[in-house]
Amino acid sequence: MAAEIKAPPLRQHAEAPALAPGAMEASKPYVATAKMQEAIGFPGELAEGWERRALDKMGELLGKYRSLKVYLDACVHCGACTDKCHYFLGTGDPLNMPVARQDLMRSVYRRHFTLAGKLFPRLVGARDLTKDVFDQWYTYYNQCSECRRCSVYCPYGIDTAEITMAGKEIMDAAGLGQKYTNEIIGKVHRIGNNLGLPGPALADTLAGLEEDVKEETGADVRFPLDRKGAEVLLVTPSADFFAEPHVDSLIGYAKVFHAAGVSWTLSSHASEAGNFGLFIGSYDQLRTIATRIREAALELGVKRIVVGECGHAWRVAYSMWNTLAGIGAGGDDPYAQALQRQLDGRYTQPMHICEVTHDLIRRGALTLDREANDHRVVTFHDSCNVARASRMGDVPGGQFRIPREIIRAVANRYVEMAPGTTHDATFCCGGGGGLLTDELIDLRVKGALPRMEALRQVADGQGVNFMATICAICKAQFTKVLPYYGFKMGMVGGVHQLVSTAIRLGVPH
Amino acid sequence: MPTIDVNGKPYETDEEGYLVNLADWNEDVANFIAKAENVEMSENHWEVVNFLRKYYDEYQIAPAVRVLTKAIGKQLGADKGNSQYLYELFPYGPAKQACKIAGLPKPTGCV
Repeated sequence: MAAEIKAPPLRQHAEAPALAPGAMEASKPYVATAKMQEAIGFPGELAEGWERRALDKMGELLGKYRSLKVYLDACVHCGACTDKCHYFLGTGDPLNMPVARQDLMRSVYRRHFTLAGKLFPRLVGARDLTKDVFDQWYTYYNQCSECRRCSVYCPYGIDTAEITMAGKEIMDAAGLGQKYTNEIIGKVHRIGNNLGLPGPALADTLAGLEEDVKEETGADVRFPLDRKGAEVLLVTPSADFFAEPHVDSLIGYAKVFHAAGVSWTLSSHASEAGNFGLFIGSYDQLRTIATRIREAALELGVKRIVVGECGHAWRVAYSMWNTLAGIGAGGDDPYAQALQRQLDGRYTQPMHICEVTHDLIRRGALTLDREANDHRVVTFHDSCNVARASRMGDVPGGQFRIPREIIRAVANRYVEMAPGTTHDATFCCGGGGGLLTDELIDLRVKGALPRMEALRQVADGQGVNFMATICAICKAQFTKVLPYYGFKMGMVGGVHQLVSTAIRLGVPH
Repeated sequence: MPTIDVNGKPYETDEEGYLVNLADWNEDVANFIAKAENVEMSENHWEVVNFLRKYYDEYQIAPAVRVLTKAIGKQLGADKGNSQYLYELFPYGPAKQACKIAGLPKPTGCV
């Protein structure tokens, strides 16, 4: 690692930073190798004719996604979005203003797809698609975490994330892919999860967890794998098996199922909830990855599908699984129909683990000892994809209310962070959208600035010492960046980690 | 592909310095990578590295952090069976930094 990475100073007032043109022009993730690209159906490199392939792909997307064309046409450069992006706030690089990020594509769109841009390019800010322009795309579309905060403030509702996703899809089609996301997508197909955790290793890890929980609680809490006929298939990010603090939430889910007497299972075939197809805007990848879950559900004969703590996975599950894979209403192929007949219609499908736990708490089915969390003063970080692209429960805003109600049911001391940094205005952790990779650590540290400011306020003011979240990316990102801001890495954890601490299991005497 | 030069012999690595070929690994290479990471290898570091390699050999993946802490706790004493101790040995994180020194591929995903 070259220069020492430092966190920017916290701001006293949340004003926009001084502009620092070019500040992040050197920040770019590693490029996927030809082997990684080809393994998931993309050209291996930017070979001759890449411009044509890129423009053809752009034309295809403009024809297919009306939204993309509207977003590229509709912007009036009002500036409402400029100071809403955490990466702009943390870096000051003007190309991290959402409007500027959109303009990277808008200029090419105008040159190649609009009459004015074809005839009078300079008058309308139109640019040819050159290698320099493409390199700029690679740099700055890899500085957008697709968190969609800017779109909340755009009077036209322009969704920069969709433009970023289109940018990534076009680059992939031309042969320029990002290593972190694309290597991982290859692993999902080859091994079944983002980590590359093979079945036997998963089984060994789960057996170890059973021992640990037995030692801790005395109860025989099971972590079943590939158990046919279980009621619930739990699909969770593979980080839950591997990393800290993620694993503490996995233990929490298992304790909840145990306490409620619900039979459940994990699947070695679909041992990953995450779907990085979303991050690279690839419908084909989204669909292929989602289909594994349907295959596992049919194979295991489960009645319910539940998703663990993973932000973008819940967006895909809640908003897209129905048409992608026939989980929930919408699929009309024979497999989707078979799945609909198999699943229990009394439950929403799919369901978030927080909905499951929340329902059980409401019904009084769990014994909870709030005092067990008294060493913690808890706050909640809304994860972008859950907050702005999904819902929970049956009322608007359930995705905000349900996790908070769980926390209040399992902990006595809860504090909200400042308005404007939570709920649908939440700030991204700084590591979403396929940017959670070591070579982008400078960007990740800087992008965490607005969240760290809000956390500092409640840490100093109200003694908050635990930030709960329901996303594997948020957990990994904060674990890494918290120390740069003078916080302990163990300060972040899952909502079900808190549940795990408080839940009392019926232990036979 | 970049290489590192150990005792006059080049070894292929990826952009971040992870060995490309598992079989290339030996103790000199491990010491070389550790030095570049500012990690001074002690006996306890070797315990971790050797466990990682043994586990990888069996399962084709590095062990989960909990599996690792438990195993180290058994070998080095219960007070060392926690991630805090592993972070003391490998400040950039036991999963990534220790894997690099052990010549294993980097764990990917949301970790």
